[in-house]
Amino acid sequence: MLEGLAARLQGVFSRLKGKGILSERDVDEALREVRMALLEADVNFKIVKDFVARVKERAVGHDVLQSLTPAQQVIKIVHEELVQLMGSTQSRLAVASRPPTVIMLVGLQGSGKTTTTAKLAYHLRKQGRKPLLVAADVYRPAAIEQLRVLGRQLDIPVSAPEAGQTGRSEEALMAGRLSGQVADAVAVVRHGIEAANRFACDTVLIDTAGRLHVDQELMDELVRIVREVTPHEVLLVVDAMTGQDAVTVAQQFKEAVGIDGIILTKMDGDARGGAALSVREVTGRPIKFIGVGEKPDALEPFHPDRIASRILGMGDVLSLIEKAQTAFDQEKAQQIEKKIKQQQFTLEDFLFQLRQMRKMGPLEDILGMLPGFGQMKQLKGMSVNEKDLVRAEAIINSMTPAERSDPGLLDSSRRQRIARGSGTTVQDVNRLVRDFQQVQQVLKTLNIAKKRGKKGGKARKGFFPF
Amino acid sequence: MIGGFFSRLKDALTKTRDGIVHKVQSVIRRHEAIDEDLYEEIEAILLQADVGIEATTHLLGRLRERVREVRVTDPEEVPGILKEEMGEILSAGSENPPGLPAGPHGLELGGLQPAVIMVVGVNGTGKTTTVGKLAARFKGRGLKVVLAAADTFRAAASEQLSVWGKQTGVDVVRHGEGADPSAVAYDAIKAAQARSADVVLIDTAGRLHTKTNLMEELRKIHRVVAREIPGAPHEVLLVLDATTGQNAMQQAAQFSKAVGVTGIALTKLDGTAKGGIVIAIKHTLGIPVKLIGIGEGIDDLQAFEPQEFLDAIFNNQSNNGS
Ligand SMILES: Nc1nc2c(ncn2[C@@H]2O[C@H](COP(=O)(O)OP(=O)(O)OP(=O)(O)O)[C@@H](O)[C@H]2O)c(=O)[nH]1
Ligand SMILES: Nc1nc2c(ncn2[C@@H]2O[C@H](COP(=O)(O)OP(=O)(O)OP(=O)(O)O)[C@@H](O)[C@H]2O)c(=O)[nH]1
Ligand SMILES: [Mg+2]
Ligand SMILES: [Mg+2]
Repeated sequence: MLEGLAARLQGVFSRLKGKGILSERDVDEALREVRMALLEADVNFKIVKDFVARVKERAVGHDVLQSLTPAQQVIKIVHEELVQLMGSTQSRLAVASRPPTVIMLVGLQGSGKTTTTAKLAYHLRKQGRKPLLVAADVYRPAAIEQLRVLGRQLDIPVSAPEAGQTGRSEEALMAGRLSGQVADAVAVVRHGIEAANRFACDTVLIDTAGRLHVDQELMDELVRIVREVTPHEVLLVVDAMTGQDAVTVAQQFKEAVGIDGIILTKMDGDARGGAALSVREVTGRPIKFIGVGEKPDALEPFHPDRIASRILGMGDVLSLIEKAQTAFDQEKAQQIEKKIKQQQFTLEDFLFQLRQMRKMGPLEDILGMLPGFGQMKQLKGMSVNEKDLVRAEAIINSMTPAERSDPGLLDSSRRQRIARGSGTTVQDVNRLVRDFQQVQQVLKTLNIAKKRGKKGGKARKGFFPF
Repeated sequence: MIGGFFSRLKDALTKTRDGIVHKVQSVIRRHEAIDEDLYEEIEAILLQADVGIEATTHLLGRLRERVREVRVTDPEEVPGILKEEMGEILSAGSENPPGLPAGPHGLELGGLQPAVIMVVGVNGTGKTTTVGKLAARFKGRGLKVVLAAADTFRAAASEQLSVWGKQTGVDVVRHGEGADPSAVAYDAIKAAQARSADVVLIDTAGRLHTKTNLMEELRKIHRVVAREIPGAPHEVLLVLDATTGQNAMQQAAQFSKAVGVTGIALTKLDGTAKGGIVIAIKHTLGIPVKLIGIGEGIDDLQAFEPQEFLDAIFNNQSNNGS
């Protein structure tokens, strides 16, 4: 996993303690790291270049605030600039003064259009709208069936070409996509709008075929659909894992059909999502939603500050807290948090947390979301699997209450006893104690960071877990 | 049809080639000597092809070394050196083991009892399409193929595979929605054995490599396959979308860890994305690219030939656009 920018900057600045203002050389050195972080996050090369130049201008000569280290100061500036570039949270979709409102989803193959069409319909229906889905991907095998299944699952009507027509997409397969005689997507959309009127649906969501931005014929098809129905909203669906080419794609879709907003899918993975910055820069349009899973409810409004942190690899503190909140036993969590504050965190609490963490997914994911993780190189290899957990539990169970609350007591004869008692080895016991002490160390660091944060005026509460 | 296929391949490669070669050449034309500027611009080109910082740094390091050692002074020689270095990464260790039978595109087929190929990857990369294209290719070689619709999760995933099955005239083993994917794989192997089929292609559901439970599900499919046929799966193909950036490295690492990826199918190379991340993946993880996807049609699959691929990328003469 990539190390966080915060950690790397810490390294750059460890030599520069106690400086009053940021000199050009300090900033250059720091910005080299920023540049790398952005490139590793897939932000487009040219955009990175401009961005870094802009930050440099702002940062040189900047006073280093009392409460911050120079590293934190640069991160703060970078983060602010990024958040600003990302725009604000705008998850509202257009509503036509005369229904139906027509929303069309476009994008590359496999980006998530069909799934997102269903997600949006589900989302809008919860807001009291009455959506209808239009299956305008007349090419890909079973694309129409895919939307039909989703409509059936959600009990939302789907307008699609007749079975006879769709069957022909199979011929298209053999001959290369366009030479086959398939249903005309424009006609499908026209019928869809008629159907919406007939069924008194106030919102029409059009799922279009995946297409390459360089495929002139298919881009023309989109233009023809737009001419036919003048959608109120054209949304570009972009895979969060997209690399440097995101700018070209966004640019060409924008030029050919016009884009009103962006949806970033597959954000539930560990992609840093630099494409978000690229498409945002190129189109100037808001990112409205992010897709965070395959199910219909896995759609969230876009939060610029969160993605900025994620792109920088600084740790998505908010997401972490949210994730923790859903998975954790709240009461117990509060107890432990109090203990952490009072630095009374024990091995028993540690065990509890290990168990909780398994509920939340791989440890590295969780730690990756934490600021300061990059510094804790020791923690990196510390993955938790079921076997380790069982072993850890056995070891902790073999300790006396006194030992659990103060591992300092654990001399070698006690360790031998514990190993025997738990059916493990002294090395196992040593490893567990070491892991625990590292966690304690992180907690201490975070406690300090938190206090600093407060001084800076931003009280952050609920830092749990860790 | 063959003619159409080659012209599509050429079109697809021309886009990639025009990308890098044009850029390298226009950079070189502006430089009389090999200086820092030149290196910086080459770095830019590689990074913009998604090669990634680490592999780019490595390539530039090698380039500098060679320029120094051989006392190269002519900027015109730089692309050749770069190409050699990239070629070295891409083809290192990829010599076929002697004496083993290989299928179309050099895929490993074991002793055909039957051979099992598992196709894995994150969501939407082109797994099902690649399985369909492969089925056609195997069938064209006179091999009997069975498809396993082991994506029982995504809406209409098995219908999608069935269309390909029908189109290629190949049997598809499928269960209902939500069924256990390893049961589908198992049934497909049994069916293949009963019908004396030669190859089983397993289409799996798209899954993000960070999802522990879904990766476990994949492991289970792998275990079932391995238990039924010693030595199987003979290939585990990771389908990577050429548009993907640096995250592809994580994908390759995690899928490899879970089910031992034997090769990459790099799809959607017919777009403008360069797929440069495969160089980084080969460099750090040693996983070779075996196939490339250059369109959505049945013929749009091609063996990945590192040399040919790089020749196409760096071939100076074919830059006249014809
Ligand atoms: N994990 C995850 N998977 C997603 C998300 N959105 C879509 N997917 C998956 O991505 C794959 C492709 O999604 P589709 O909706 O079929 O994509 P599409 O753009 O319609 O694809 P084409 O029509 O073939 O161009 C499917 O496996 C979806 O389940 C998301 O936010 N997270
Ligand atoms: N242009 C182009 N499109 C491709 C290529 N390979 C696949 N596709 C398209 O990419 C989209 C996704 O392909 P699928 O085969 O459904 O992908 P998948 O990996 O099976 O997707 P999930 O099962 O949902 O994870 C479809 O629209 C395919 O037609 C390729 O080489 N070039
Ligand atoms: Mg679709
Ligand atoms: Mg599939």
